[in-house]
Formats: sequence, C-alpha cells, structure tokens
Amino acid sequence: MGHAYTPGLTVTERTVIRKPRLLPIPGTVLAKAGDRVRAETVVARAELPGKVHVVNVANLLGVAPDEVRDYLVKKEGEAVSQDEVIAENRPFIKWFKTEVRSPIRGKVESVSTITGQMLLREPPRPLERLAYVDGAVVDLHPAHGVTVETSCSMVQGIFGIGGETWGELVMAVDSPEKTLSASQLLPTMKNKIVAGGAFLGIETMKRAREIGVAALVVGGIHDKDLRELLGYDLGVAITGTEQVGFTLVITEGFGTIPMAAKTFELLAGHAGQKASISGATQIRAGVIRPEILIPWTTGSPDAGSAGRAVPATERSGIRIDDHVRVIRDPLFGRIGRVTALPTELRQIETESVVRVLVVTFADGTSAVIPRANVELMEG
Amino acid sequence: MTGSAQPSRQMTAAQPLHVIIATDCGSTTTKAILIEKLGNEYRQTFRGEAPTTVEAPFEDVTRGVLNSLAELEELSGRKILDGERIITPNRAAQGEPRVGVDIYISTSSAGGGLQMMVAGAVQSMTGESAQRCALGAGAIVMDVLASNDGRLPHEKIERIRSLRPDMILLSGGTDGGTVTHVVEMAEYISAAEPRPRLGISYQLPLIYAGNKDARDRITEILGGKTSLVITDNIRPVLERENLGPARTKIHDLFLEHVMAQAPGYKKLLEWTGAPIMPTPAAVGLIMETIAKKENLNLIGVDIGGATTDVFSVFGGVFNRTVSANLGLSYSVSNVLAEAGLASILRWVPFTIEEQTLRNRIKNKMIRPTTIPQTLDELQIEQAIAREALRLALAHHASLATGLKGVQQERTISDIFEQKTSGESLIDMLQLDLIVGSGGILSHAPRRVQAMLMMVDAYEPLGVTRLSVDSIFMMPHLGVLSTVNEQAATDVFVRDCMIYLGTCVAPIGRGKDGERCADYTITFGEGRSPECGTLAFGELRLFPLGRDDRAQIELRPAKQVDLGEGKGVSVTRDVRGGEVGLLLDGRGRPLQLPTDSQKRLAALIRWHRAVDLYPGKS
Repeated sequence: MGHAYTPGLTVTERTVIRKPRLLPIPGTVLAKAGDRVRAETVVARAELPGKVHVVNVANLLGVAPDEVRDYLVKKEGEAVSQDEVIAENRPFIKWFKTEVRSPIRGKVESVSTITGQMLLREPPRPLERLAYVDGAVVDLHPAHGVTVETSCSMVQGIFGIGGETWGELVMAVDSPEKTLSASQLLPTMKNKIVAGGAFLGIETMKRAREIGVAALVVGGIHDKDLRELLGYDLGVAITGTEQVGFTLVITEGFGTIPMAAKTFELLAGHAGQKASISGATQIRAGVIRPEILIPWTTGSPDAGSAGRAVPATERSGIRIDDHVRVIRDPLFGRIGRVTALPTELRQIETESVVRVLVVTFADGTSAVIPRANVELMEG
Repeated sequence: MTGSAQPSRQMTAAQPLHVIIATDCGSTTTKAILIEKLGNEYRQTFRGEAPTTVEAPFEDVTRGVLNSLAELEELSGRKILDGERIITPNRAAQGEPRVGVDIYISTSSAGGGLQMMVAGAVQSMTGESAQRCALGAGAIVMDVLASNDGRLPHEKIERIRSLRPDMILLSGGTDGGTVTHVVEMAEYISAAEPRPRLGISYQLPLIYAGNKDARDRITEILGGKTSLVITDNIRPVLERENLGPARTKIHDLFLEHVMAQAPGYKKLLEWTGAPIMPTPAAVGLIMETIAKKENLNLIGVDIGGATTDVFSVFGGVFNRTVSANLGLSYSVSNVLAEAGLASILRWVPFTIEEQTLRNRIKNKMIRPTTIPQTLDELQIEQAIAREALRLALAHHASLATGLKGVQQERTISDIFEQKTSGESLIDMLQLDLIVGSGGILSHAPRRVQAMLMMVDAYEPLGVTRLSVDSIFMMPHLGVLSTVNEQAATDVFVRDCMIYLGTCVAPIGRGKDGERCADYTITFGEGRSPECGTLAFGELRLFPLGRDDRAQIELRPAKQVDLGEGKGVSVTRDVRGGEVGLLLDGRGRPLQLPTDSQKRLAALIRWHRAVDLYPGKS
C-alpha cells in the first residue's frame, strides 16, 4: 500500500450530514419527506414482538405430550390474562384437579404434542425511532424509517460510551489543557452537554450523574476510571448501549491529553447552542466514531455552500503541511505539521523497518514517526 | 465489468496451471499473491495488498481485489487485468509470456467472516459436536444452545432473537433416539423468529443435522420460518461424529446465501476458478493436508487483531477453534480483561505503573493500526501476545477433546486410572510442530522473538519444532490445495513456512542453578560437538541453520522427564531454522518468580541468553 494512512477524525465548522433513522424491524414511518424535525421528534414506530414464555403443560398435568391438546382451556391464538387457567385435567374426584395458569398476559403462540410445551407470548412493546438531530427529512424508507439531513458543525471523538442524547452545549473550562474537576459541574448543567479540557476523573463522572448532566466531552480519561464507571473491564470497543447516567465522548485518547485546540475552539464557539451527541463507537469493520453535531439554526441546508463531509477515503494520502495527531507513545497526543515524507523505509528503535514521516511541532522540534502512528486532522 | 466476460470455474480448473493468482479478502486488507511454475516447482513470486472495500463508501469487495491485483501487476510486471477483467488463461502460448494468469482463487473473512449459532440437545454431546462442526467449517460460533445449558426457555429464546447469525446449525439426538429435546430446541428457534445478519429480504439458512426420526417435525416447525436444509446427523451414534456432510452444507450455504448477500460477492464468485472458502476453513485445510502428508502432530495459530484461531491435528484428528475476542488490536483490551493485568505484567522486563499500562492498552484498542515505536512498547505488545496465545490454546484444548458421553471399555489394568471420556486431544509431549501466523509472529523484528513468544505461551514439552508463516499465505494455499495439491505443497514448504528451529524442554522443576540435564549435541561434518550441563532457570541457544540437523543426547536429573520417564536419557535428531536449537531449562510447568525484582532479573537473563532485544535488556 503505497499511500497507507490512518484517516483522522473530522472536526469541521460546517458540513452537511445525512442520518438514516431506521427501525430494526418493519413498522410505520410517521414523518414525511420535507418535514422539519427536531431531535426529539418521533419519525418512525414499530412493535417489537413480546417475550416468549414456555409452560410445560404435559409435565405439570402429568400427561403424555401427545395428549396435551385434550386438556387445553386456551387454544393457539387466544388471548390470556395473567393467572388465567390455560389447561386443566378432569379427574373423577374434583379434589385431585390440577390447573395450569398463565404466568403472563398475552396470547397462546403454539402448543407442541412432542414436548408437551405451550408457548405464550407477551403483548408487543412499542419501539420509537427519534430524529436525534434537528434537520429536515430528505428520504423515506417505507416501513423502516427516514433519512434526516442537517447542516451542522461536527466533531468526531475517538471513543465514547452511552447512547444518543441532546442538550445545550456548555464549556466548563476556559482552556484545552485544563482538567474538568467535579466542583466545576454545577446544578445548572442538568440536561446539558458539558465540555472540558484535557482530563476528567471518576469523581467528575459521579458528580455528572448526580446532577443529571446529559453528556461530557473531554480530551482524555483513565481506563481505571472507565472500569469503575462501567463496573467491568471493557474488552472490545463496541459501545453505545451503556447506561451510566450520561453520554461520554473523549476526543484524544486514554490518559491526560489536552483537547486539540481546533476542537476546543469549535465547541467554545458554539457554547449556548443546542447540540446532539452520541457515544456509540465501533472500532472494527464498519467504523463508527462518537460525534457531537451542532445544527445551524438559521438558513436552510444548502449542499452547495455548506459542502458535504469529505469521506476520508477520497484522500490520496498524507501530504506535506498536513496537520497530524501522533497516536502512539512516546509522543502520543502531540499535534504537528508534516514537514517531510521520505520514500525510503527506515529502521526504528524496535528494529522494524517501516515507512516514516517527519512531524514538526509548534515549539519548533521535529520527530521521525512511523506513518502508521499519525492520523490526519480532517475537516 | 460484466460477469459473463469471466471464465467459468469448470473451464479454468481443467486447464494446466502455470500462473495462479490468489486473494484473501480479510476484514481490513485484501492480500493478493502470485504463484508461478518455475521449472518443475511452484513458487510464490510477488505479493500485493489493498484495503478491503466491503464497507461504505465502496460496498463492493471487488474494488479491493482489483486494487491488490493492480499492485501485483506493478510489482511483477505481468499484465493481469484488462480494464476490470482478469485475463485468463495466460498467453505464453500466444507469445506473450508476461500476460494473463491460468486461474484466480480466493478466500474471504471480510465483513466479520461466517458467523453461526449452533444448537444441540445435550451441551457436552451434540452441542459440542455441532460447535466442532461449525468451527471446522471456518465459522465464528456466536453461541451454543442446548436443552441443558442452564438458561431458562425464555432466556434461550431472547438470546436467539438478539443474535443475528449468518446461519444456524441444529443438531440433537442419535438416530433412532428420543426426538423430544431437538424438537424443543426447534420450537424455541421458531418462537424467536431469528433474522439473518445480512439482507432483510431473505430467510435465515438453518441446517438440521440431528436425529433423522425428527426430520418431519423439524420441517413442520421450521420449514416456513427458515431456509431449512436437512443433512445427515452429526452424531448418528454416541460413539461416532459425522461432521463431513454438515460441514459441506455450511460451505454451500456460505456461498449461496451469505456470500451472495455481501456487497460485490456475486461478481467475485463469477471470477473465481474454485469456490470461495471462508479464510479459517482454508487455513485449516492446508494444515490438515500438511500434517497428514508428513504424519505430524501439529498446532497452528493465527493471531490477528480481533481474533485468534487455533488449529490442531493430533493422531490425524483435526480441530479448530476461534477465540473471537482475543487479538492484538481491536480486541487487545479483552486480553487484559480475560488474562488480568498481573498475567501480562509478568512478561514485561521493566516496571511500569498499572495506570500507564492500562491506558496504553486502551489506546491501542481505539487506534488499532498503530505500531510499537519504542522497545518498551514492543515488549508490552509481545507480553500481551503471550497471554492471548496462552488463553486461545487453553480454549482450544477444552474443545479439542475425544467424544464425551461415550462408554469406556475398561480392563483390569485400568482400575487405578480414573480416565473419563472427553479428554483433551492436545498432548504437548506428542506435539511435533508449532506453526505461528499473524503479524506479531510473522513480522517480529527478530525471529527469536516469535519463537520465545510461542515457547512461553505454549510451554512445549520434550522436543518440538517451531515455525512461522512468512507473509500469511496459508489461506491462499488452503484454497489452492483444492485445485492443485502439488502447487499448494510446493509453495507451503518453500515460501510459506519459515522454520525457526527446535525447542527442547525437560519436564520437571528445580531450584535455579541446579542441574536439569547434561547434554551432548553432535552436529554435521566440520563442527565440533557441544557438551554441557543445562541448569534449571536457564535458556541456551545454539545456532543451527534451516537445512542443518543435529543429534542431541540428554541425560536428565532424576526428577526430570524428557518423555521417556523421570531420569531416563534420550537421544533425538533435531532440525534447525532461522533461530536454532533452544534448550529450555526453565522447567515445566513454567513458573516465573513471584518477587518482582527476581522476576525482572530472570526475564532480563533469559532475554540476553537468546539475544531477544537490541541494547538494553
């Protein structure tokens, strides 16, 4: 791969994004093409089939499975209430009568004469799909959902936990190098998205939960704090369903790492505005990165002037003068400019022979770094 | 490009093969190799790679294939593509020796590979047989459901519903036995109404390979809700597994349903001259072929970013397992979660704070394509690799067992041996060869690092040869072996395998510095024999080239066993490799000092003894 490089995270003041908002199973689409929607608007709804419960009627009545139909009070398809008799025997002496009652409210799904089991299904549960972001419906997917388009500012994080939420964006620190301490979280930050600087610890996370903060955005955290927050060691980076009381997005990595100045400035520039945020991360085939989207409220989305988000794959590789972030020790988190792209392979300290580049940092120092260990600052 | 422009696989397979291209479409990279017949033997000559393009924005696997072939063209100077068409057959006969190839073949694990759920009646019997069947076919087994798996019926149904496998294998019962349990499992599957991972509009393939007497009932219950395929029972009697027919069905359905739903695969299927195989199935096939041909007991491991596959052939019995969440990039954090921090730290030859190590591991997880830049980082990655390899082999040993539930015939001589059925087939003392594959092993800066990682993780006993796969071409050779076994074997022996050498590890323990065994090594002509005493706690490395052989005579201390009994001397012929002959006197089972300073001192001593790292340790 002559031009292998790691696509970076997008941090851009203005782009247009399209979010498919699809149900996991077919249902009803409630929004129409052209509708203006808000993050909290329900755009589609479905009914998830209820849970199935198994009752072994043959065992409970002490009869052979192939005889079980003779003892049924409720047949397939019939509705049942909780504790309602669904099968019974008919002994000569009433005192010996045995009744089988339904453990749930629902209906009889099926009866088996091989196993003697009756399957009962709970009523379906409604499932709603929200728009997640303020914007316009630009595409309908019959029975499955819609695509919402919005013109927005966008920050992609590197890792997050927790699902989609939204709220007013608030800056809790005044510099990207600062730590976000628990005391900086105020009751007025309830239901808001709070951005910090280089680091926040477990005490800040606990305080955020107490107050009811919607989401936290920060440069880095410690893995041990994440472990304490979740209650387990996160093994694989597939997240988004955690229920820890708030959504968390880290923009740089694990450790104390100042938030990239561009990211911090972009967030600070939109303080007070409504933003949508998702911690969902998937770092495997089909990469999903956490994101903060700040819709532009004035004017209509205009692809021509706003410009689409540029997919990373359209780039041909790293070029001189590109801004890059170092993503591996010993210079993890440093941001600099590419000043040389030697074509020949170089042996590094480990004795591996790899392709490298030279990065010059703001303080004028330079370092030779494997190309695999930098990512582009995109957007 | 149009599929009809490509040759049919029947036409191509019948022709003599002089030039072959093979690709492996992995989750992240599509790797292409060129194999050419040079004189009387086949050799792998060039290699190209490109990012896999199954995901958005391309969503067409053939883009990545064409890119990797374009790189191959550039490097080899052979014209392979005519636009987007693979030129077949090669045009040597038309006076154009550098144009065209005779066959194109491929394997695939893109998009997560083949993901299956299996179900059986009894977990340790038909449940395990079904699991072995699916694993051997190259699948990742998402879950094993059984009547006695400890879950309540509604929990089983919820689990089936929440999983979205590519297909389900349902087994249960011996032929003529009870049908109740397998029908019960079918009822749960039916109630869950499972949906396939790919493609909304097609029914989930389900293979029934259980009690033949239950076929009608299974068809009644599942025929309308799944794409049901019925095949021979995988456990027709308790004493015998019959995995072949179900494995064949899995491969058929993989091609017909799963591959056909993946982006671009319909086109790819038309290009290939042999059926596309799941990558692990192809690796297993080449390992099985080589083990049988050379009459070896072997263990093969492929340690990747997300998963670690382990293959074994013992006594001609092939087994494969996949540890779906043990890997060195995407799943690196899971190695930490499963092994524990202390297990990883014991291999690190310097002190490091727990918090720093934890953060570094997580940073590798979120940026999986980075590489170690400093020696410390390399040592940490190789420490994690040891634990991933160890855990994956333990997982493999627990599944690569004899059949459970089989009645044992006992004689009077067995009275004092409480052997049970279902013992692991993995016998490290009978092991002849370990084959390592995956970036951390194949691309270790020094070959001895790969050798010591495998020795530390697997703790081979007695005399064991070790090797690595040079550039991960075993998948290509596996599928090639279905078309031309000679070509596959030639390339495997000459270009794929890099022999590292032989490890000699006495069994037993003693205090550091005490005599473990005396040895005499006799080399070929012109080289003086080496004699000495191997002490406990000591590693000794003797250079012995790839084509060199030596004879080693070992006279162990009275509590030490070299496979013939405690204190019994042994003489063995050993073969060399890029590293040489390693005498491992650290004892078995291998135990590192618990005291931190002593442990560090021991690691540094061992590393220096084999010149493991440059400079500082």
